[in-house]
Amino acid sequence: MHVVVCVKQIPDPASPYKLEPDTHFLVRPAEQVLDDTDRYGVEMGLQIADQTEGTVTLVSMGPAGTMQGIRQALAMGAGKAVIVEDADLRGADALTTARVLSAAIGREGFDVVIAGTESTDGYSGTVPQQLAELLGVPALTYAKHVEIGDGTVTIHRQTGGGYDVVTAPTPVVVSVTAGVVEPRYPTFKGIMDAKKKPVESTSLADLGVESVAPGQEIVSVSPAPERSAGEKVVDEGEAHLRIIAALEQAKVI
Amino acid sequence: MAITTTWVFVEEVAAAPASIGLELLTKARGWEGQVAVFYLGAGSDEAFSVLGAHGATTVYHLDPGDNLGTAQATAALADLVGQHRPDLVLFGLTYTDRDVAGRLSARLGRPVLSNAVDVRVDGEAVLVVNEIFGGTQLVETAFRAEPPHLVIVRPKSFPAEPGATVTPEVVPVALPDAGHAGQAVVAERQVEEKVGPQLEDAAVIISGGRGLGAAENYALVEDLASRLGAATGATRAIVDAGWVPYAKQVGQTGKTVKPDVYIACGISGAMQHLVGMKDSKLIIAINKDEEAPIFGVADLGVVGDVHQVIPRLLEALDGR
Ligand SMILES: Cc1cc2nc3c(=O)[nH]c(=O)nc-3n(C[C@H](O)[C@H](O)[C@H](O)COP(=O)(O)OP(=O)(O)OC[C@H]3O[C@@H](n4cnc5c(N)ncnc54)[C@H](O)[C@@H]3O)c2cc1C
Ligand SMILES: Nc1ncnc2c1ncn2[C@@H]1O[C@H](COP(=O)(O)O)[C@@H](O)[C@H]1O
Repeated sequence: MHVVVCVKQIPDPASPYKLEPDTHFLVRPAEQVLDDTDRYGVEMGLQIADQTEGTVTLVSMGPAGTMQGIRQALAMGAGKAVIVEDADLRGADALTTARVLSAAIGREGFDVVIAGTESTDGYSGTVPQQLAELLGVPALTYAKHVEIGDGTVTIHRQTGGGYDVVTAPTPVVVSVTAGVVEPRYPTFKGIMDAKKKPVESTSLADLGVESVAPGQEIVSVSPAPERSAGEKVVDEGEAHLRIIAALEQAKVI
Repeated sequence: MAITTTWVFVEEVAAAPASIGLELLTKARGWEGQVAVFYLGAGSDEAFSVLGAHGATTVYHLDPGDNLGTAQATAALADLVGQHRPDLVLFGLTYTDRDVAGRLSARLGRPVLSNAVDVRVDGEAVLVVNEIFGGTQLVETAFRAEPPHLVIVRPKSFPAEPGATVTPEVVPVALPDAGHAGQAVVAERQVEEKVGPQLEDAAVIISGGRGLGAAENYALVEDLASRLGAATGATRAIVDAGWVPYAKQVGQTGKTVKPDVYIACGISGAMQHLVGMKDSKLIIAINKDEEAPIFGVADLGVVGDVHQVIPRLLEALDGR
């Protein structure tokens, strides 16, 4: 099966995120990392390709920068990557992202498209479904388990109270939760190989996607009313009594 | 021109309208204009009258049968929206709602704003409020595209209150043919048994995180909860690790809770966890790292080891 995995490069979550003051877009440094969420998608893609003697292609939208994040995903074992980068895509919303990704994916061809359930920096949580609608395929979403059949994909779809077993014929979009598989760590060889793997850079014009004005606009950003920290006590064997006192005061005991 | 029609997408959960749907209806009936529901599920007179009591004057009802149904719901909804032209379509931040909202956005070519904590209607303008950076900043976004405006709202952003006395008109919607996109079928449904108080409505919640050290230590959280009549919650870290089911997850991609008391045990306080619990009335945190971000929102922070503090707490409670 030909598997396409959508991967996103994001600012390192370990350093605080900031917005550009005038545009309110997220500040994106040249060095971005692979969204941790997408490691699960890449691993799932690699396992499906292994099982079916298939291929894994990465598709990503956003500034390429140093491509650290893309190289991370290639180092895990994906065969090649396509990056859509365009000045007109700065601050792109979820629908624009899905339109661009679907154009790139459509050009590659696919049996299975894999995405995360939500990205760490944008977390709209709608790109996979928008992609599925644009590609005209079923969306098997929130998978915590994936099985490949003969021209079908079956998942355990997380629900509020358990899970549903859902099956659809390929081609299909699958969104995976963390926990669907255990992502591998890149080997030294993988990291060296990743430097030589093909990475194709394309633009909106190459894909034949017209840039559209955003359908929404941020009108204000303001600090939220703050919840101030209360008291902090270091436990020296008595701290549980403070908890009891607080529970008494709250009238729960 | 003000808002004339708001639609609310409501999924059926355990034979009743999802509670987020009732929260959205309560909000929408406070605005001018008509409120209608698109209901996805088997449906029943009882379910429809609950929708009416929360403000729906019309209920478009689609029964997906054994289909996953999200593609069919999208096709049917797109069709109805084209005929009736609502200004606003509201969804909850739940799995099925997100599927339909996302698909509908792509189908109609309209943006969808997700993770809203408030929606304000000001004459013609629809403003959506989001919390970012762990709830430290509020962002207000206005729609610039033509209606319908699509919004996905976080649960517990508004209270659900019956109060309307409407018997809604129920309009059955035939299952449309969604082609290949509609071929996802549900073969089996696994529902975990619910025992004890539930996160959604408990006055006290005890949550555990990776600091508990191992799956079996979640028993500390359960013991404390049963002693206090509390519900048990968890971080995504321990849900993904398989210690507890997803239904217990609190946070951005789990449940939003606002209990009277929230006790966080061995939880670091990542921003994705904080957004789900920071509006609790009283927050108590036990964490051995004095720098843990959870202490930034805790009314009472105990710098200590959960394996020491919780057993002593249990013992002291037993002695009462
Ligand atoms: C898109 C996205 C969505 C997410 N959604 C959610 C969500 O809905 N809910 C959620 O919770 N997370 C969510 N996360 C994950 C979140 O970022 C954190 O990784 C997670 O909350 C951390 O869980 P934790 O506090 O259990 O673990 P850790 O961050 O590992 O913290 C463990 C804590 O335990 C303390 N500790 C260790 N030993 C002890 C001891 N013996 N006694 C006391 N304390 C001890 C440590 O000091 C530490 O602070 C999401 C992440 C992403 C990217
Ligand atoms: N810019 C992007 N490039 C590639 N994949 C993306 C991008 N944005 C979102 N995705 C995919 O869609 C998933 C959900 O993202 P989101 O809808 O932004 O929460 C992510 O986990 C990715 O797999």
